[in-house]
Amino acid sequence: MADSAHLAQPSSTDGQTRRDFLLYATTAVGVAGTGLALWPFVHSMNPAADTLALSTTDVDLAALQPGQAITVVWQGKPVFVRHRTPEEIERSVSEDTADLRDPQKDADRIQKPEWLVLIGVCTHLGCVPLGQKPADPKGDYGGWFCPCHGSHYDTSGRIRKGPAPLNLPVPPYAFTSDTTIRIG
Amino acid sequence: MSGLKINNKALAWFDQRLPIISMMHHSGVEYPTPKNLNYWWNFGSLAGFILVVMILTGIFLVMNYTAHTSMAFDSVERIMRDVNYGWLLRYLHMNGASMFFILVYIHIFRNMYYGSYKAPREVLWWVGILIFLAMMATAFMGYVLPWGQMSFWGATVITNLFSAFPIVGDPIVTWLWGGFAVDNPTLNRFFSLHYLLPFVIFALVFVHVWALHTVKSNNPLGIDIKTPQDTIPFHPYYTIKDLFGIGVFLMFFLAFVFWAPNFFGEPDNYIPANPMVTPPHIVPEWYFLPFYAILRAVPDKLGGVLMMFGAIIVLFFLPWLDSSKVRSAKFRPFYKQLFWVFFADCVFLGYLGGKPAEGWYVPASQIATAYYFLHFLVILPLLGKFEKPRALPASISAPVLKGGGPATAGAHAQPMEKA
Repeated sequence: MADSAHLAQPSSTDGQTRRDFLLYATTAVGVAGTGLALWPFVHSMNPAADTLALSTTDVDLAALQPGQAITVVWQGKPVFVRHRTPEEIERSVSEDTADLRDPQKDADRIQKPEWLVLIGVCTHLGCVPLGQKPADPKGDYGGWFCPCHGSHYDTSGRIRKGPAPLNLPVPPYAFTSDTTIRIG
Repeated sequence: MSGLKINNKALAWFDQRLPIISMMHHSGVEYPTPKNLNYWWNFGSLAGFILVVMILTGIFLVMNYTAHTSMAFDSVERIMRDVNYGWLLRYLHMNGASMFFILVYIHIFRNMYYGSYKAPREVLWWVGILIFLAMMATAFMGYVLPWGQMSFWGATVITNLFSAFPIVGDPIVTWLWGGFAVDNPTLNRFFSLHYLLPFVIFALVFVHVWALHTVKSNNPLGIDIKTPQDTIPFHPYYTIKDLFGIGVFLMFFLAFVFWAPNFFGEPDNYIPANPMVTPPHIVPEWYFLPFYAILRAVPDKLGGVLMMFGAIIVLFFLPWLDSSKVRSAKFRPFYKQLFWVFFADCVFLGYLGGKPAEGWYVPASQIATAYYFLHFLVILPLLGKFEKPRALPASISAPVLKGGGPATAGAHAQPMEKA
């Protein structure tokens, strides 16, 4: 190569770029192919078809008296359905103007004032707050109290005290008749 | 010889304390490999690749599998229908098992053809047989997990092999089952061991490669590496060749996965296990058929079991049974033909293993079984004494340089400079 440097130069440069191109193209195809091959593995950990099929829950409200609450399962999570008393509704509305951590009007959290529907999972670290049963502690604001780290929720499910950052979320639901709702 | 110089100070500091970089460089980059390896030498790395595929798909399948007699079958069907890409993971795993055996059988026959088991590679060969045994145990227990009819009756028949041993036989079988028939305890322990053994295989593969890198690779000429000129570094020459092999292999493998996923399977395994009814024609998976034929060839329960185990045990003694000092069949005119006779005998045994034990199949499997042992116990020990091998080349490089005129210093220098 040394004795024919000026002659070999163009062809060797050509060879160099062709090799580089082949190397980079092969690597790119290999990386893309490996990525595509790994996707089925990752995606297999996402919810399966039968899990997704559990996405609605029907609830019959007819037997629920004012002041009573039931817990139903929706997508594996507890959902609180509370038949609120007139006092609880009044208290929720009057506290719309209180110093709320996650400000929201009671009216924005309900479809019918007497029916409050919430996902019963504390927004702090995922425990289920107490307050559904008559004997449960309901916290300082008459709603729910999370025993794990002491978050207090009011009669509208809004966070009032403790470490949780957000109100108990309202799941999507619709009244399918006067006394039944479909969650999800 | 160590050509690695780590320039990065932090990496050099780390490597002095844990030489993982220089070790990987030593065995994955500069490992001096004979320069004349042909494509039959691809099958070791291919088997390693499919082992990784099996472990990976297995780990993800387990995330959706339930090891209980009342739910195992349904959980596999759920994987097929509901889990995202579950069908792909299962078909990769199912066909991967068959691919693993195809690759390993080719790897073993390549070893026999080129005499790779001979000194100094006996321990390397032993570790390989241990891997093969662990693979068979893993495959058998994996086949039980879907809890179909073939799973159940395969488990029953294979575990009953141990009942052939006098006195201890029946207690052993009860112990294997954890009960008085194949049932939930059996399924649970098979599941546990099916998850464990692949990692044992993985460790054995490390030992296999360790032994390989100690004694270095054999080659198609079967002669020792004499000078560094006989070798090329593993990287990039054999890394790229192995990658190319993986590409070709994937086309073969995925053709089954996508277009004939149940080609190697038995339809009866899509019927849930029924301990009250045995399917009319039960056969093991194809990769066990030669051994199954040997088992059935012997008209005695204990004798059949001993012959079947003996068919594998005899492999451990192969380095001493073969009395020829020449490794490669290339230079052994008679062994070269007898190798293919032996290969045909193994394939024939496989064919017979899949047929019912009746009619001419019975004497045929007895003759084929006899020949299998004859090959190892009589032909190989005697052949080395009577066969006159062809002249061996002086070195790995000699045959290629011979045609291109005398190997002068100048002729050597040119290709070296180019590289």
